[in-house]
Amino acid sequence: MEEKKTLAALKAAFPHTLPILAGFIVLGMGYGIYLRSSGLPLWYPTVISILVFGGSLEFLLVSMLLAPFQPISVFFLSLLVQIRHLFYGLTLLKKYRGRGLKSLYLIYSMCDETFSVNCSTEVPEGVDEGCFVFFISLLNQSYWVISVTLGSLLGGALTKYSEGVEFVMTAMFYVIFIRAMEKKENRISGIIGVVATLFSLIVFGKSVFLIPSMILILIFLFLFREKIEKGRESV
Amino acid sequence: MTQGEQIITILIAAVATLMTRFLPFVIFKGKKTPKALDYLGFALPVSVFGMLLVYALKDTVVTSFPFAIPEALGLIMTSIIYLWRKNTLISIALGTLFYMFLVQVVF
Repeated sequence: MEEKKTLAALKAAFPHTLPILAGFIVLGMGYGIYLRSSGLPLWYPTVISILVFGGSLEFLLVSMLLAPFQPISVFFLSLLVQIRHLFYGLTLLKKYRGRGLKSLYLIYSMCDETFSVNCSTEVPEGVDEGCFVFFISLLNQSYWVISVTLGSLLGGALTKYSEGVEFVMTAMFYVIFIRAMEKKENRISGIIGVVATLFSLIVFGKSVFLIPSMILILIFLFLFREKIEKGRESV
Repeated sequence: MTQGEQIITILIAAVATLMTRFLPFVIFKGKKTPKALDYLGFALPVSVFGMLLVYALKDTVVTSFPFAIPEALGLIMTSIIYLWRKNTLISIALGTLFYMFLVQVVF
């Protein structure tokens, strides 16, 4: 019975992770290839992907590993790059809490893509929610770690025809976004997200704009709270 | 940097990351979710999707050739396929292939 329940959750979760599989194969292999080409040891990509597991910071880490040893700046840079996880945690508080060991894994394995799926997908009728979100997280992390490992093993042999594949991530966020925007009650929040981020990108530049974006988004979400709550109630 | 220092660097990045992941759960452990937070749980995800979309496009070249034309066409193609088939994966895949064709062959 327990096994059947687990299997049903795995079966329900798998199709939702397919776009991420496609994206992670490309980005993960690219990361493995990039890290190896910088002359670092063969086992680094896999170990970093398991311990850190966060795309943008993993890419940044390569340049930090090649620079002189600066533990304090590494710590603060990592906090800054990863601080968006705070938002994800707050959003998924209810879904992730109180699931024992599964909760620990769910919290540890949080990333942009897993957040997107676990947040936007309704758990199918009759499927255990805890198992469902657990398998989404586990499958996504496995795809990343395996792809990175493959990339580091294969090296530079595959890069010739892959130009532009990174667009798969853009397209994924884009489709998730327009799917949310199809619902009327989401429109104000969606517009706030895009406008605040674009504004920060133009004003602060692409290396630091995420933090001001998040602050602006929070401010505007509370300024428009009454309007957005009204839209939520009318559903 | 010695290999020992590199390993410490990786561990620091890992610990900082874990802090950002576990903090919300440690702070609100066992308490009922406050109303303002419940509101954020509803409104924030959509804003964050918008933010991630802009983030994914942050390296797009706007002011010189090719003037973000491949990205714009890629997203338009993705939209058309999504509106036509209402299928997330197909629209992502075909939109990406179209973008790859644009940057490799056309631009």
